[in-house]
Amino acid sequence: MSKAVNEVEGEVVGGGRLRAFAKREIGRVLALGSLVVIFIFFTIMRPVFASWENVSGGILMSTTVIGLLAIGTTFVIITGGIDLSIGTATALVAIIVGKTVMALNLGVIGGMVVGLIVGGLIGVINGLLITLLKLPPFIATLATMKAAQGLALIISDLKPVLFTTDVKGWDSIAQGNLIPNVPNGVLILFVGAVIAAIILNKTVLGRYTFAIGSNEAATKLSGVKVNNWLVAIYGLGGLYIGMAAVVLTSRLGSARPDLGLGYELEAIAAVIIGGTSLLGGKGTISGTVIGALIMAVLVNGLRILELQQEWQYVITGIVIVLAVWGDNVRRRRAGEIS
Amino acid sequence: MTTTQLLSLTGVSKEFPGVKALNNVHFDLNKGEVHAIVGENGAGKSTLMKILSGIYKKDTGNIVYQGNNVNVSSPNEAQKLGISIIHQELNLMPDLTVAQNIFIGREDRRKGRVFLDDSKLNKAAKDLLAELELVLDPKQKVGELTIAKQQMVEIAKAVSYRGEVIIMDEPTSSLTPAETDALFKIIRTLKAAGKGVVYISHRLEELNKITDRITVLRDGEYVKTLNTPETSIPEVISLMVGREVNQDQRPEVRPLSNEVVLRVEGISDLNLLRDVSFDLRKGEILGFAGLMGAGRTELARSLIGADPKTAGKIYLNGKEVKIKSPSDAVKVGIGYLSEDRKKYGLLLIQNITFNVILSSIPAFSNRLGFLKTKPAGSIVRDAIKQLSIRTPSENQYVKNLSGGNQQKVVIAKWLTRDCNILIFDEPTRGIDVGAKDEIYRLLTKLASEGKSIIMISSELPEILRMSDRIAVMCEGKLTGIIDNKDADQNKIMQYATKFRD
Repeated sequence: MSKAVNEVEGEVVGGGRLRAFAKREIGRVLALGSLVVIFIFFTIMRPVFASWENVSGGILMSTTVIGLLAIGTTFVIITGGIDLSIGTATALVAIIVGKTVMALNLGVIGGMVVGLIVGGLIGVINGLLITLLKLPPFIATLATMKAAQGLALIISDLKPVLFTTDVKGWDSIAQGNLIPNVPNGVLILFVGAVIAAIILNKTVLGRYTFAIGSNEAATKLSGVKVNNWLVAIYGLGGLYIGMAAVVLTSRLGSARPDLGLGYELEAIAAVIIGGTSLLGGKGTISGTVIGALIMAVLVNGLRILELQQEWQYVITGIVIVLAVWGDNVRRRRAGEIS
Repeated sequence: MTTTQLLSLTGVSKEFPGVKALNNVHFDLNKGEVHAIVGENGAGKSTLMKILSGIYKKDTGNIVYQGNNVNVSSPNEAQKLGISIIHQELNLMPDLTVAQNIFIGREDRRKGRVFLDDSKLNKAAKDLLAELELVLDPKQKVGELTIAKQQMVEIAKAVSYRGEVIIMDEPTSSLTPAETDALFKIIRTLKAAGKGVVYISHRLEELNKITDRITVLRDGEYVKTLNTPETSIPEVISLMVGREVNQDQRPEVRPLSNEVVLRVEGISDLNLLRDVSFDLRKGEILGFAGLMGAGRTELARSLIGADPKTAGKIYLNGKEVKIKSPSDAVKVGIGYLSEDRKKYGLLLIQNITFNVILSSIPAFSNRLGFLKTKPAGSIVRDAIKQLSIRTPSENQYVKNLSGGNQQKVVIAKWLTRDCNILIFDEPTRGIDVGAKDEIYRLLTKLASEGKSIIMISSELPEILRMSDRIAVMCEGKLTGIIDNKDADQNKIMQYATKFRD
């Protein structure tokens, strides 16, 4: 019963629970199926692809930053909005974290807190631009995207901030192994995804995220303070930017002002491949994680096949078209859209 | 003067799924004549005009234009024939000039031409405007003109097609008296040039000034064509509203409480509302009648804080309350059910449960913000049973429900929130006849349980059937409040057409 309220469900007529589940979750089942098929394909081509070393160190680790950004921005996209600033904001947060950690002699925890605060603030600023100044999300976050890019370069003086070796344990934020054989970065991604799924499906904030994306006017007329919740939702997305920035510095061993631009489109692509609608009102965290994994598996597999990087971009483009077109065809057949 | 028939429609019918919009309607127009079409909202005026201008296709009937049987299959075809329409909402491009607007789509496109010849366009527009005695600069941007001048551009555009028939839909609805006089002058120029003008207006007192004949429609049926000099406004009104007796149902006499739950004092807004005041009593259904654009929806929206008020006070049970946003209104127990349920009432792509608890989510969550799903489920199932919402389960998507059941989901939302004042805006719009009765019974039941209801409706029989008292609005002002026992359709129409000028 509790499922009924938490999940967005269709009409379930007859059939077993499994069939009902498959029908309801067909979007994600198909996405997961494609992931498995792609995985098997690369494994057959090059068995080394399926080694745990490649899966954890290659595929999963390379998903962490984009994955965290995609998870945070899933909330924004379900409201019907978009956040273009997450890429350059990641660079800005990384630079500020590096400078602050050096200036104040902060440790790992202190650095993480700074990252979350700055990331959250950037999200809140986006939310305020959208609600107070009534800018369309595309415009508001395009502006913060450019501003963050510039600020990252200004604050860093165009140079990477080399701070990680001075902080004990900073490199193990992403690369340590709290659980044997599982890099901490992967653990952070997993925990981040679980927390996001709980917030999206079990809390008031998650429920309003879906409500605003389904019909903002009706939600407002139902007495919901839509503007306040939108600021909170963009702020939540900002926390994931903060975490992604911290993980990125740990992986790279520095904070680089030029790295981050373009991450926003990769994250948005992951969200879309995962079946979240750009029109708002529909989406899942697990879909987003699957979407991010599909992109990481493709990049990794094509690299193992020694295909040039240029071709990886082309194939990523084709996958986005196939994923969204396939989902449209399925929904049209199911009568969900016309 | 011998009259020459320009246009004649006979036996025109048009059916939409579930509605007979026009049934065997006649209409004719002579050269140099202004012929008005009048009727209540939903009488079929705009359907008839849309058939004439090629937007809709008629099901049956004949259209004879200048002696030939014609088939107006598209707006383009209508224009080619020489039938132009000026819609109530003007269709001009504000960033283009007067001349560019008049000749849009008819720029010189001979082969080999790449650039537009604006000076030629301006010259043609200047000649046309001079011919119509209109004082307009062809090079001025339309967005800089007043509404009245924009309307003149529309008229010039209509004339530029060199058509014989010009249809004007509510041309004076946003004009001042002086501007209206200017418009009438242009219409007289058109008349003198032998054009035929079809004139649609809610402002009956204008008919005497400008029209030659008046055709009355009611409920999609042709009622009568009158010669303007031989008739009077009361006659026109009674022809407009005269319905069969069995539709004149009235509410059962209920004991009315004198307890005022809501007192509204002097509400005005930026555009339309002027100093609206009324009381709403406990357990009462207060009907709001008026023509389209009278300001009833605007009143509801500013009451609940969805649109800003420029003046006015609201008292709830004697205490003043500040309502600045819909969330303030919901907090004090006022729920609004929009006329456009799909746009303003429902989350169509979500299920019934989600929609029913939408206003009460804080009540279904703990202090940490986690949702309590069990009580929500049982409350929603109770609501489905109580309001007899026909659905396989509470998990059905709302978009799969019928209009009547969707309306009940919105009602369930406000009942779950425990709202004591409900504002229904056109509660039965888009709902089929059988389900209408069910909604009526539900409204009566809610009122007898002590809820206070404001019911906005454009259907006079519905107003008379449901309301204990009837408030009538015209042009943003409240022109009267009538007890049901003293009210009839004529009286309501009189208040509804009490225009300023």
